[in-house]
Amino acid sequence: MLTAALVLGALLAVAAVWFVARPFLRNPGSEEPLVEPDRAGRERLALEEERDRALAALKELEFDHRTGKVSDDDYRSIVGELRRAAADALRALDRGRGRSDVHSREGP
Amino acid sequence: MPELGRAALVVCFGLTLYAVVAGFWGAHTRRRRLALSAQNALLAAFASALVASVVLLAALGRSDFGFTYVAQHTSRELPLPYKLASFWGGQEGSLLLWLLILTGYGAAAVLLDRKAGRELIAWVVPVLGIVAAFFSMLVVFVASPFHTQLAAADGAGLNTSLQSPYFQIHPPLLYLGYVGLTVPFAFAMGALLSGRTDERWIVATRRWTLAAWMFLGIGQLLGAKWAYEEVGWGGYFAWDPVENAALMPWLAATAFLHSVMVQEKKGMLKVWNMLLVILAFSLSLFGTFLTRSGVLSSIHSFTEGSIGPWFLGFICFVVAGSLVLLFRRLPLLRSKTRLESLVSREATFLYNNLLLVALCLTILWGVTFPILSEAVRGESVTVGRPYYDFFLRSFGLPLLLLMGIGPLVAWRRASLRSLGRTFLWPFAFALVAGGGLVAAGAGSSLPGLIAYTFSAFVIGTIVLEFARGTAARRALADEPVPKAFASLVARNRRRYGGYVVHAAIVLLAIGIAGSSAYDTSHTARLAPGQSLKLRDYTLVYRGLRSTRAQNAVETRATIDVYRGGDRIAVMHPGKNNYPVEQQVSNEVAIRSDWLTGEDLFLITEQVNPNGTIDFKAIINPLVNLIWLAGLVFLLGSVVTLWPDAREERRLAVRYGRLAPDT
Repeated sequence: MLTAALVLGALLAVAAVWFVARPFLRNPGSEEPLVEPDRAGRERLALEEERDRALAALKELEFDHRTGKVSDDDYRSIVGELRRAAADALRALDRGRGRSDVHSREGP
Repeated sequence: MPELGRAALVVCFGLTLYAVVAGFWGAHTRRRRLALSAQNALLAAFASALVASVVLLAALGRSDFGFTYVAQHTSRELPLPYKLASFWGGQEGSLLLWLLILTGYGAAAVLLDRKAGRELIAWVVPVLGIVAAFFSMLVVFVASPFHTQLAAADGAGLNTSLQSPYFQIHPPLLYLGYVGLTVPFAFAMGALLSGRTDERWIVATRRWTLAAWMFLGIGQLLGAKWAYEEVGWGGYFAWDPVENAALMPWLAATAFLHSVMVQEKKGMLKVWNMLLVILAFSLSLFGTFLTRSGVLSSIHSFTEGSIGPWFLGFICFVVAGSLVLLFRRLPLLRSKTRLESLVSREATFLYNNLLLVALCLTILWGVTFPILSEAVRGESVTVGRPYYDFFLRSFGLPLLLLMGIGPLVAWRRASLRSLGRTFLWPFAFALVAGGGLVAAGAGSSLPGLIAYTFSAFVIGTIVLEFARGTAARRALADEPVPKAFASLVARNRRRYGGYVVHAAIVLLAIGIAGSSAYDTSHTARLAPGQSLKLRDYTLVYRGLRSTRAQNAVETRATIDVYRGGDRIAVMHPGKNNYPVEQQVSNEVAIRSDWLTGEDLFLITEQVNPNGTIDFKAIINPLVNLIWLAGLVFLLGSVVTLWPDAREERRLAVRYGRLAPDT
């Protein structure tokens, strides 16, 4: 029983070591770094979050207005701000895309 | 095979240490293969913890008393389900369960979330590794479930209060909740460590937090039902320190689930959300410390051990480390937007958060004060029910009201005119309900009356929200009512699932108020043939009988229950005598009226040698709504948790570009 337990324990340890070492065994020699988004990538992500926030808020406002939770006056006073926020984020994203297109045409 | 169990735990400890070191180094130096290797170490740690758990379960099932743990917590006569459930009946097994669930959560998080953000998960893995390394260190060096001894003829048996079907499900669910809070904590710390404080960590952990919160909530309700049916004092929650220990992280997680919506919708409360995640996780560790350290006397803390100082040290490390990290990253967490109005949805979430955290901290003070008093002044102090009830009313009743107000107020700002229109029907409904209750005599308890009136207001709000939403969907898509209703819920599961959870909390509030503010009880010594009257019930004691069960002698009284001259039930309250464990347990008898939600609850307090019994009868009005609340809570949580394919696609597009496939 003791021998069987020790053998099984050793097998478990070997299997664990093999599994942990697998990323090194699959492509020995080549090391692809973890991709960290650059500053432009981070800015684009922040703008996308802002755009999605504004669009979701617009959708929710429309629905709340339809259900009567938001009065016509409140709706009119808020909808303009939200549309502006969404449009600003979309414009900024377009500008960013334009810049990255130019960069990619010009090459690194 | 204790050697295999020990070997598996040593391997698990080594793997978690590797996950910490390789994970941090890989993330810091951006070495992808090293980071992947650390992730694999976490997956392998789960497999090792699983092997150790299977070894312990096998020993418990076979009554292998060569294992000290098996001998201390089971006996030959113990039924098999209890033998297996003894896995979490003692300190060492509970710690192994913590480790198993934690590595399981870690493995699942790695497998499910790594495509959402590889550079984020690279930082999450070592944080999960630290917690897993701490627990595997405990089960390897401090409290191993694989200590051996000369095999005894029989074991000491299981604590009799644990010999209940609820014991098989309540602790694992609580642990799934406690341990589940590690995942949002690890993602929050991963976001701070990587400097990536965008919403990705929130998106990745939303479902983990909800799942942990659901398990913790259901686990507590099952614990309350267990206490109600097994402990035999007529109540379901005694503000016991260990019950409080499970309630506190649930309250913190509830606050987080609300405030995180403000961050998602408005980009606000980023620091606050981090603090809530740290608080919830630290409280879950604190809860485990209270249960397992033997630092306080409680019905739950049936173990005493040497892990207390280790736990305290680790809790200090977690709190200090995460706060330092948060402080260092404060510049990244500044929000660009401000609260526009004190009358807005986000403001009501803020008020709700303040009340939830205030309630959580007052409970924390009630739990820690006796411990501190004993440690510092050597005086034993008890913080009793009046303290907790006072704060539950002070913070709980406004919270209940806010549950009705919040959904009616629009995001950003709301004018008085809008509010007047949306509040009209729920307010009128609450007014009519309150008036009706006063007329029906419910005014004898002011807190009860307020709770019922506020509950009516919340119900009015929920019904109105569903009705208006369904009507709007019908108008928009020209759908029949059932289809419009289904599509309303399917299109916004979080909002409408949340309303179902609110309905569960209302049922809970009504059940608690009814059973605590309007209960009736009577105690008497009865000889066979004698009776007692309680409201419209007449209870006649007929006699005693004893039978031998598998591991206990069961003594039961026979009580005929009459109402309006008709015999409506025969009930058998009594006691169980466990010879191996040398313990006696109260076995109550409960008759539930599902139409009124009322329970008739009978306790045999003492069986006297002359055949008389000291007997207590309690009428608990509306108590069954508490258990119904559990089912509704589960339904609402599942609706909220259900994946939304459109949302998933949108987020995959947003974050997918940053995470190339391997």
